Amino acid sequence: MHDSSELKSYITTPDRIGFNQSFTGLVKGFAVFTVLLLFWMVWIILSAAFPAIQAFGLGFFLSQTWDVNALVFGALPYIYGTFATSLIALIIGVPVAIAVALVTSETFLPNWVRSPLAAMVEIVAAIPSVIIGLWGFFILIPFLDPVQLWMFKTLSWMPLFGTEPIGGQGGIFVAGVILAIMILPTIATISRDVLTALPADLRSASRALGATHWETLFRVVLPTAAPGILGAITLGLGRAMGETMAVTMVIGNSPQFTVSLLNLGATIPSILANQFAEALDALHIGALMYLALALFGLTLLVNIAAVMIVKTLEQR
Amino acid sequence: MQINSEERLDLETSLPVKRQIFSYGMTAIVIILTALAILPLFSILFSILQQGLPQLSWQTFTSLPAPTGMVGEVDGFGNAIVGTAIMVGIATLMSVPIGVLTAIFLAEFSQGSVIANFVRFVVTILSGVPSIVVGVFAYGVIVISTKEFSALAGSFALAVVMLPIVVLSTESALLLVPKAQKLASAGLGATRLQTTVKVVLASALPGIMTGILLAIARAAGETAPLIFTALFSDNWFDTLLSPTSSLSVLIYNYISSGFVEKYNMAWTAALVLLGLIMILNISARLLTRKKP
Repeated sequence: MHDSSELKSYITTPDRIGFNQSFTGLVKGFAVFTVLLLFWMVWIILSAAFPAIQAFGLGFFLSQTWDVNALVFGALPYIYGTFATSLIALIIGVPVAIAVALVTSETFLPNWVRSPLAAMVEIVAAIPSVIIGLWGFFILIPFLDPVQLWMFKTLSWMPLFGTEPIGGQGGIFVAGVILAIMILPTIATISRDVLTALPADLRSASRALGATHWETLFRVVLPTAAPGILGAITLGLGRAMGETMAVTMVIGNSPQFTVSLLNLGATIPSILANQFAEALDALHIGALMYLALALFGLTLLVNIAAVMIVKTLEQR
Repeated sequence: MQINSEERLDLETSLPVKRQIFSYGMTAIVIILTALAILPLFSILFSILQQGLPQLSWQTFTSLPAPTGMVGEVDGFGNAIVGTAIMVGIATLMSVPIGVLTAIFLAEFSQGSVIANFVRFVVTILSGVPSIVVGVFAYGVIVISTKEFSALAGSFALAVVMLPIVVLSTESALLLVPKAQKLASAGLGATRLQTTVKVVLASALPGIMTGILLAIARAAGETAPLIFTALFSDNWFDTLLSPTSSLSVLIYNYISSGFVEKYNMAWTAALVLLGLIMILNISARLLTRKKP
């Protein structure tokens, strides 16, 4: 792949050798520093979480009580909130993102409509999450209140929709919707790149056999692009799990465990954002660090999975 | 294969209605979903302009926040703009040299080697670490040891957020430099340092600047790494070791204040912050477009 002769072609006269070697050393040193940064991060968070790990062990993740005054901490409400909001985001976001990827890469619309569309979708990714949270708080929550009420009225026989929504306060479902909006650009943009990179022969062959445009998309194009789209979805999931501000501003931040999606809830990032600045007790800080460690581990796993999926795709 | 001759001759009728409906139906569905996908963008831009513009004046940029609950006072967030500028500036000074040198290592000094692949893997993982976790890290490194929320801790957190963006974008800019240029430089007797600085970095500069501007835009909008590192302050920037306000944390704090005037100022701050980020994004894109 790489031609090593290039590296040997540099002429080094004696007076420059020292200077050059120190430059090479410098560059290597910074690369090593960047790698160490990740391990430093793990070490700092792990050692700060240690008091809580010792006190609560793995039972931390199954316990529902979070009482700052009694110094009893359990992570279940936040774990549930994190997974519930991320799943809602995927359920809503993935079909829309694939639709956007198809519209911006296929020829349903003329090119002068498609390129601005693609640019607009990418702009959403550049908006800071605190601004999306601001919008969510004042615009999205009132907009979704009737939707939530309708869901409660028709689906309340399911525990997932079993509590009456509190008007104007948001909750787990609203947080899921806002996450869907935020991860949509990530999934749509990567999926579009995957779709446009497919060889044109595939489509031509399918169309030549008499398949319509949509039959080609469903039976040839999308199955071929599936691994890449899966990688994009995994990246989106990682982003959804770690997203903090927008979620914090619309989820209500209740430490009470609840199954119902219409209730107020909290995620790991939202409880960190909410309590860290005020945490004074070592065990409270430790419990928050333990939560941060869990979030770190979860997103690490998801992101490594995404990198692996993309890598196997590149090798094919 | 047996082909039914009657069907084979039937070349002039159009597609069966079922397949036609499926095609038109699916096209309609994806176009409607796409329209739905960009609806939030318009709603966000419209509401920010509608709610944020009325309070925007020169004083907004030059004065301190009015005391909460006081109506009719001169209200602004000049200190938050200064705070954001200082913290993002320091973060840029910390992350750009490290990031660019790491990228030089990846692109020029160790292409294809196991170490380079590992470094790239770690940087990719680093770019996926949630920014709140970076905040927790900065809290553990700086706030716990100095026992003070500070601009320094905030800058450190922002630098960690920026670093992977700078590395990955600089590396891809460096890889675009044609190999012939490097060989020509080496052929003329330039050392590795000279080639890297005068040929590779020089011609990759627009691409590197694009990456840096995008990283700055990202850092300027970050809130999660700042809420418990830099915290917030109602006064002008004091020292690097004292709590410092920023535009993003101001928006977050004002939402939980419960006062209508503060809500309005949060919208105005959002307008200013979004304007700043859009300018950074657009200039980043213009830089690479103007490539000779």
